[in-house]
Amino acid sequence: MDAHIQVKNLNVYYGKQQALKDVNIEIPKNQITVIMGPSGCGKTTLLKTFNRFLELTEGTQLTGEVLVDGKNIYDRDVDVTEVRKVVGLLAQRPAPLPMSIFDNVLYGMNIHRMKKDRREYKDAARHYLEIAGLWDEVQNRLHDPATSLSIGQQQRLCLARGLAVEPEIILGDEPTSALDPISSQNIESRLIELKQQYTTVIVTHTLRQAKRLGDYVIYMYLGEVIEAGPAKEVFNNPQHERTRAYLEGQI
Amino acid sequence: MGFLTKKRWQRRHLVETFMKFIMRVSLFIVAGSLGLILWIVVVRGLPSLSWEMVSQIPKGGYYMGKGGGILNAIIGSLYLAAGGTLLAMIFSVPIAIYLKTYLGDSKWGQYVRLSLDVLWGIPSIVYGAFGFALMISLGMRASLLAGIIILAFIELPIMTRAMDEVIRRMPEDLEHAALALGSTKFEVALRIVTRQMLPGITTAILLGFGRGIGDAASVLFTAGYTDRIPTSLMRPTASLPLAVFFQLSSPYPEVRERGYAAALILTVIVLVVSFSSRWLSARLNKYTVK
Repeated sequence: MDAHIQVKNLNVYYGKQQALKDVNIEIPKNQITVIMGPSGCGKTTLLKTFNRFLELTEGTQLTGEVLVDGKNIYDRDVDVTEVRKVVGLLAQRPAPLPMSIFDNVLYGMNIHRMKKDRREYKDAARHYLEIAGLWDEVQNRLHDPATSLSIGQQQRLCLARGLAVEPEIILGDEPTSALDPISSQNIESRLIELKQQYTTVIVTHTLRQAKRLGDYVIYMYLGEVIEAGPAKEVFNNPQHERTRAYLEGQI
Repeated sequence: MGFLTKKRWQRRHLVETFMKFIMRVSLFIVAGSLGLILWIVVVRGLPSLSWEMVSQIPKGGYYMGKGGGILNAIIGSLYLAAGGTLLAMIFSVPIAIYLKTYLGDSKWGQYVRLSLDVLWGIPSIVYGAFGFALMISLGMRASLLAGIIILAFIELPIMTRAMDEVIRRMPEDLEHAALALGSTKFEVALRIVTRQMLPGITTAILLGFGRGIGDAASVLFTAGYTDRIPTSLMRPTASLPLAVFFQLSSPYPEVRERGYAAALILTVIVLVVSFSSRWLSARLNKYTVK
């Protein structure tokens, strides 16, 4: 397996409470990996270690390593803003920035000074809005406030905004849970289209979504990784009793 | 039937009626006092308000009821308050952002907030005396600059704490969204927090301006009073609160009436600044996330 992220001996504590217990996994490149498990099992915590978002919560402690392309992102010489540029995040609820639709897409490119002139920024904005499937809906209202969009459109805007900083990895923290079914389906099909170019890691609490999206599956329970493997194997022939119970709907 | 009808004489309904009555009385007293203040200022000030009053400086014998106006105090107050507000802003915006971005609710953050609150509570005459002592030791005379500096001292704690309270209500989602794209904390503060919180920041600045333009005690020692319009930062300057004070304490009735006119002018300036900045911040509000 061509691993894009490798997690080695990862332990996370919130104060005295241990949230992740000795996690060792590998996340394959250019596939969709789904992390599933009952609520409170540490799915989101694990996801937050991949873009160093865990350190935004006070009182968290972390031991072990998270390697992206072989480099531990918790090394002292690592620039956290570079980590987050390479590892993008699609949050649970879309959070449009207090500016126009156009400026939202450009925000990341601007702070990282990724383009040379206005022309290039404009073209890039269009490009990423097209990829996110939003261009047709917003091309005549690019300078409206981003909050004037529907919540489903806002999530696609957040996707475009995230892709615009040219990440290699996309994290999704239950990215469709706040959306209506049609918008959810829209986001899901974007993610499937994009998986050729990006390594995608999605946290989900719905088994059906895990089955629709997952190429590779991680099942967690009470802070531990119980089982990880290609989706077909895990879904058809789970090795562990707990995974089987979850898949059969007992947990 | 009857079980749905209100049992008016039940204790909890009586309490409700009584409490509502108390709240209404409080509101009436406060709103009534405000109305009364405005009414007195308008009724007593309007008759002696004239074009001459707002367009000319005092002529000889003005303080005995002869011609001229208080343009010196109007211009002086605008200079003082605008200068003080600008100077206070230069310091309070970075402090407020630093408090939110790097100190947060830490021990040091709480110390800074406590000291700002203490500074807020110091009476302005003490600031005036402090400024006066400082000026004497530096060999400075009463001047526009000294007045501006002291007003900045007075406005700074109000402005900073008001901004701090506003900025602390910043939605965490927005900050996280910007951080997730690889922003530094400073970029979040500069590009996201200031934008989202602009209406609140405007209100904070306005609070400072309001306190600055209305303060008499601090400028008494530091800016002095003169019948001329200041032409340099080193010259003394008149101010509206002191113009009100001097004229109201005059033995001549027509001069006392002019004191009310000066008070009216001061009130109008504060109202105009207040309404126009509200209008402005409503327009800037377009992109904020509710």
